[in-house]
Amino acid sequence: MSFRDGPFQDLKVPLTWAAAMAVIVAGVAALGLLLSDRRETYRDEAYGAGRVVIDRVLVPTADVLLTPADWARSLGNGIGDYLFAVSENRRLKLENARLRQWRDAAIALEDINSRYRALLGVKIDPPIPMVTARVVLDARGPFTNTRLANAGEDMGVRVGHPVMSDAGLVGRVVGTGPGISRILLLTDVASHMPVLVDRTNARAILSGDGGPNPTLDYLRGIDPVRNGDRILSSGDGGVVPRGLPIGTAVKGLDGYWRVRLSSDSVPIDLVRILLFKDFTDLAAQKTLQASKMPPLTDVPPPVTSSSVLPPALTSKSAAAQVVAAVAPKPSASKPAVTKPASAFAKPIAPTPAPVKPIAKPSAAAAEPVR
Amino acid sequence: MTFQTSRQTVARSMDAWNWLAVPTLTCFMLTLLLALPIRVFGLVPPEPVFLMVPAFVWAVIRPSILPPFILMVSGLLLDMLWGAPLGLWGFSLLFGYAGVLASRSFASGQGQSMNWVWYAITCLIVELTAYLATLIDVQAAPSLVGAFWQWAVTAALYPFAHQLIERFEDADVRFK
Repeated sequence: MSFRDGPFQDLKVPLTWAAAMAVIVAGVAALGLLLSDRRETYRDEAYGAGRVVIDRVLVPTADVLLTPADWARSLGNGIGDYLFAVSENRRLKLENARLRQWRDAAIALEDINSRYRALLGVKIDPPIPMVTARVVLDARGPFTNTRLANAGEDMGVRVGHPVMSDAGLVGRVVGTGPGISRILLLTDVASHMPVLVDRTNARAILSGDGGPNPTLDYLRGIDPVRNGDRILSSGDGGVVPRGLPIGTAVKGLDGYWRVRLSSDSVPIDLVRILLFKDFTDLAAQKTLQASKMPPLTDVPPPVTSSSVLPPALTSKSAAAQVVAAVAPKPSASKPAVTKPASAFAKPIAPTPAPVKPIAKPSAAAAEPVR
Repeated sequence: MTFQTSRQTVARSMDAWNWLAVPTLTCFMLTLLLALPIRVFGLVPPEPVFLMVPAFVWAVIRPSILPPFILMVSGLLLDMLWGAPLGLWGFSLLFGYAGVLASRSFASGQGQSMNWVWYAITCLIVELTAYLATLIDVQAAPSLVGAFWQWAVTAALYPFAHQLIERFEDADVRFK
């Protein structure tokens, strides 16, 4: 016998109040989760095990759902290739001719660059390994712009790794698991990327807002950017390597400088995840810290002169006070010599030379104090 | 006898599977399909909040204890699917659900066009809640144009909500 058919069938349950209480309890729980979430941080644990489990379910499901789309795309590409083979061939020949000129220029520049590097002893960053991944889900709403790719921590992908398409930077990894990685796009409202204007070397922060064109914030200087300027990653902070193409600058209708992303111009199905580590991480920090600096044998004496003092301090008493402050304990007999080698065991405290009281500011200016 | 039969029919149609699970699963399937990285003639498909339909319908049909919790869990799953901050859509949908629940005594029983307006206003409340929550959470303003488009395509889903209301409105006469 069910509850309704029993003796309690006429009992009026205050369902509206119970539902209201349920709304409040569920709402508070959701709000607590929202306030504690930090998906945009660089911490591995911020992504959470629950997300990884769901993503691991989503990747094969989306793969299956994408199969008919892949077939349709292959069919369309095949028909297009067949119909437009001649025009495509002409276009490719022209492009090939242009690229040959660029190749010659690149060879010449590479030669000059290698000579400069040899002369200056410049150490360039090592080549960055990368992993190719397929995007299986694409969230593109106003509050979230992320992609789910099918390469994860088992292939070396870590939180913070930059992600590129054929045309330019797409975003960075914010969560990984076995066989999955979540990519936060440059257009996401939580995305902030340090960039530079290629023409002027001006720095800015590229901030997403959920729209297709992120804004250039914190631009400084006079006329730092113009329409059509190329925007590259600046590498500041060591999150992404310097010089990755991002897009071109455009002035928005709202008056803000925005960036038309290069990655929008190509299909979004395949991405490259750069297994980038900051060059400071690549260096053996322990070795660097263990090596001792060469002994400090010749510390120049402190230079005080009224020529370097502001005019207000050039009077006799004021100058004497400043000199006394700079050279606290003048030793009249000892020359200015520091002890070598043992300086590493103790803090370096150079013994200053004796200082004569300055009689006249003009004389002091002509003859530096020793 | 006839009364007994009709009550059994009602009990069957209002079971949790029919009016809670099926709409939720359908919404997730549709959301997943539109989240696939497919461009049709170079155009990106829209991204409506399908869960807005059951959130509205459940509150219109009758108050109940289960829907708020289902909405919260569904919102969490939607956050995970879209990569949003956990709790964003659960909280926003519950806000809309609470609004419908509070206004159902004077807004229910109207014609289809008025219900559509009611649904659109609820969508606006949900979208504004998500907007403000994002604004506070990441301390950056999301695109108003993007939020408007998402609201517009979500508000355009009212015919599905109407079908569900028509199907379950008379199932529990206590709340007519």
